[in-house]
Amino acid sequence: MSEIFTFALLFAAIRSATPLIFAGLGGLFSERSGVINIALEGMMLAGAFTGAVVTFETGNPYVGLLAGMLSGGVLAFLYAIACIRFEADQVVAGMAINFLMIGLPSLVSGAIYDSAGSTPQIDKADLLPNLLNSISIASIGAFCLVPLTWYVIYKTPFGLRLRAAGENPGAADAAGVKVLGMRYVAVVISGLLAAAGGAYLSIGQSSLFTISMTAGRGFIALAALILAKWRPLPVLLACLFFGFTEALTIQIQGVIKLPSGEDIPVQFIQMIPYVLTIIVLAGFIGTSRAPKALGLPYRKEN
Amino acid sequence: MNIAREIIWPIIAVIAAFVVGGVVILILGDNPLAAYSLLLSNSFGSFRDIGWTLHYATPLIFTGLAVAVAFRCGLLNIGAEGQLYVAAFAAAWVGITFGGRIVDVFGTKEDWSLASLPGFLLVPLCMFAAIAAGAIWGAIPGVLKAKFGSHEVINTIMLNFIGIALVGYLTQYHYKVPGDPIQQTAPIGEAAQIPKLNEFLGFLPYDVPLNVSFLLALLMCVLVYSFLWKTKWGYELRAVGENPSAAEYGGISTRKQIIIAMTISGGLAGMVGIGEVLGKEHEFESGFSAEWGFLGIAVALLGRNHPLGVLIAALFFGVLLRGQIFVDAFTPRVSKDLGWVLQAIIILFVACFQIYTRDKGRSTAV
Repeated sequence: MSEIFTFALLFAAIRSATPLIFAGLGGLFSERSGVINIALEGMMLAGAFTGAVVTFETGNPYVGLLAGMLSGGVLAFLYAIACIRFEADQVVAGMAINFLMIGLPSLVSGAIYDSAGSTPQIDKADLLPNLLNSISIASIGAFCLVPLTWYVIYKTPFGLRLRAAGENPGAADAAGVKVLGMRYVAVVISGLLAAAGGAYLSIGQSSLFTISMTAGRGFIALAALILAKWRPLPVLLACLFFGFTEALTIQIQGVIKLPSGEDIPVQFIQMIPYVLTIIVLAGFIGTSRAPKALGLPYRKEN
Repeated sequence: MNIAREIIWPIIAVIAAFVVGGVVILILGDNPLAAYSLLLSNSFGSFRDIGWTLHYATPLIFTGLAVAVAFRCGLLNIGAEGQLYVAAFAAAWVGITFGGRIVDVFGTKEDWSLASLPGFLLVPLCMFAAIAAGAIWGAIPGVLKAKFGSHEVINTIMLNFIGIALVGYLTQYHYKVPGDPIQQTAPIGEAAQIPKLNEFLGFLPYDVPLNVSFLLALLMCVLVYSFLWKTKWGYELRAVGENPSAAEYGGISTRKQIIIAMTISGGLAGMVGIGEVLGKEHEFESGFSAEWGFLGIAVALLGRNHPLGVLIAALFFGVLLRGQIFVDAFTPRVSKDLGWVLQAIIILFVACFQIYTRDKGRSTAV
């Protein structure tokens, strides 16, 4: 056992949690304003792809990160138009965004790099750097974002209006809050953050973009958000929990054996985070209360 | 008038998606008209083309119906992909285990079967296995939603990952012929195979894999329509989708309907396994689905969640699936991923245009 629970595991957990924290906090902004964000996965993919392409072309990971975030913001704006202006079913529109980001990156990389499977490898020196041992600068950013989000959501007039838009849009409107405007801003913020998490995957944790490389992390972040009852600090803890299990599954591979002495089949290792997500949702959703107007379009009463 | 309104917005959504897709193609540096003519003109020219188009449409009819039934109950089943994987494996497992399959393992013959049933027993058993496996995989998120209120979208996505990994494990470790480089099971017993249509229809070329599962798909369109609009159970299921609290007030158990809808939905998705395993591949192969489970969402939405609409939309996507092979091969830059992009934009537009059709769509929030 001692060979599994090490500092290396802790660092691995922080690495695995980093994209989830970005996406989870992103989802928090959107959902607290009343817009379901099942499109986190697609927004992460946008950030991962754009981040990898721009970093490869410019050799500067910060420019890549910024471009990646921007692409997530643009995608989120599209999503916001569908959900807010056209009152589209938010889950359906969100899945459309996810599907778009399965196809679009490989379509574009197929056209510019003649390889639909992935983008070219980025030079190791051009990736987001690590500070302190093996902690990425992006992980530090993710941790700093937690108190910042808390402050914005609970201690600023902006956060108050955002929460009002998600809890009681009618009353917020009567009090002079621009409900739809707040929702647009919140969804775009969620796109910027989720895309930052995605970009970390392609220009921090690895050094290229591959199709659907987020592998469901957007949905796991959403589960973490629900588990955290839509509050920033618990989001951090829930993401660390999921990150820890992901790290653990990587560590036990080849270390823990079946009674027969064989390795545990890789498929079962891969399943663990997904099974855990289902269990966590089933166990905790009953006790968590979503923002009251979550998923409901708002229309001014005449 | 009503019918016109039903049809006009899906058509506008498709045209709008093609316009947006055309701009994307133009930006990528290809000629959109050339790409679109490749996409659309290889589907109806000959019996071969038509046969292939119908073959591509068949799994989409099943998954489209699956998504539509769930949608009518206010649920979004994104798990058809996992459901059809589990089902296809189940069909192959029965076809091997009860089909008298003798496997050649590095020169020695091994009997992997428990029995060697005749076709008239084995085929229905395989079909039942596929439907049951899909239904169970669909019922799990239904039960989770009914009992715990956890969202079916997240759970079906998670079950896709789990189901595909599970059958991948079973294939790799237990049912693959040792030495086979491809991740596929041993072939099913010959008695488990269902006929291809070119065995009856002389004008269909031998290479067209269209099989009797297409007829099953047509039958399911009729059955799903009858179930939803001509039976009490279908009425209750739709009542929950239209207004859950009113349905509950009227004495209908929302929880029960959620489980029923997801079970039927999973079973329909599972039928994909029948055509692919018993009719075409004659074995289960990892990665055999061309994302049919996800395409089913676009098919259902475009078909307005009505069996006739689903049939038409599935044929339309059959055309695209047939055509994207030619796009992939004969355009310099655009790859078949164009299909994903068009599909996504179609879904987005259909979702946006619901504001004009004034139907409420799904009414259950998260």
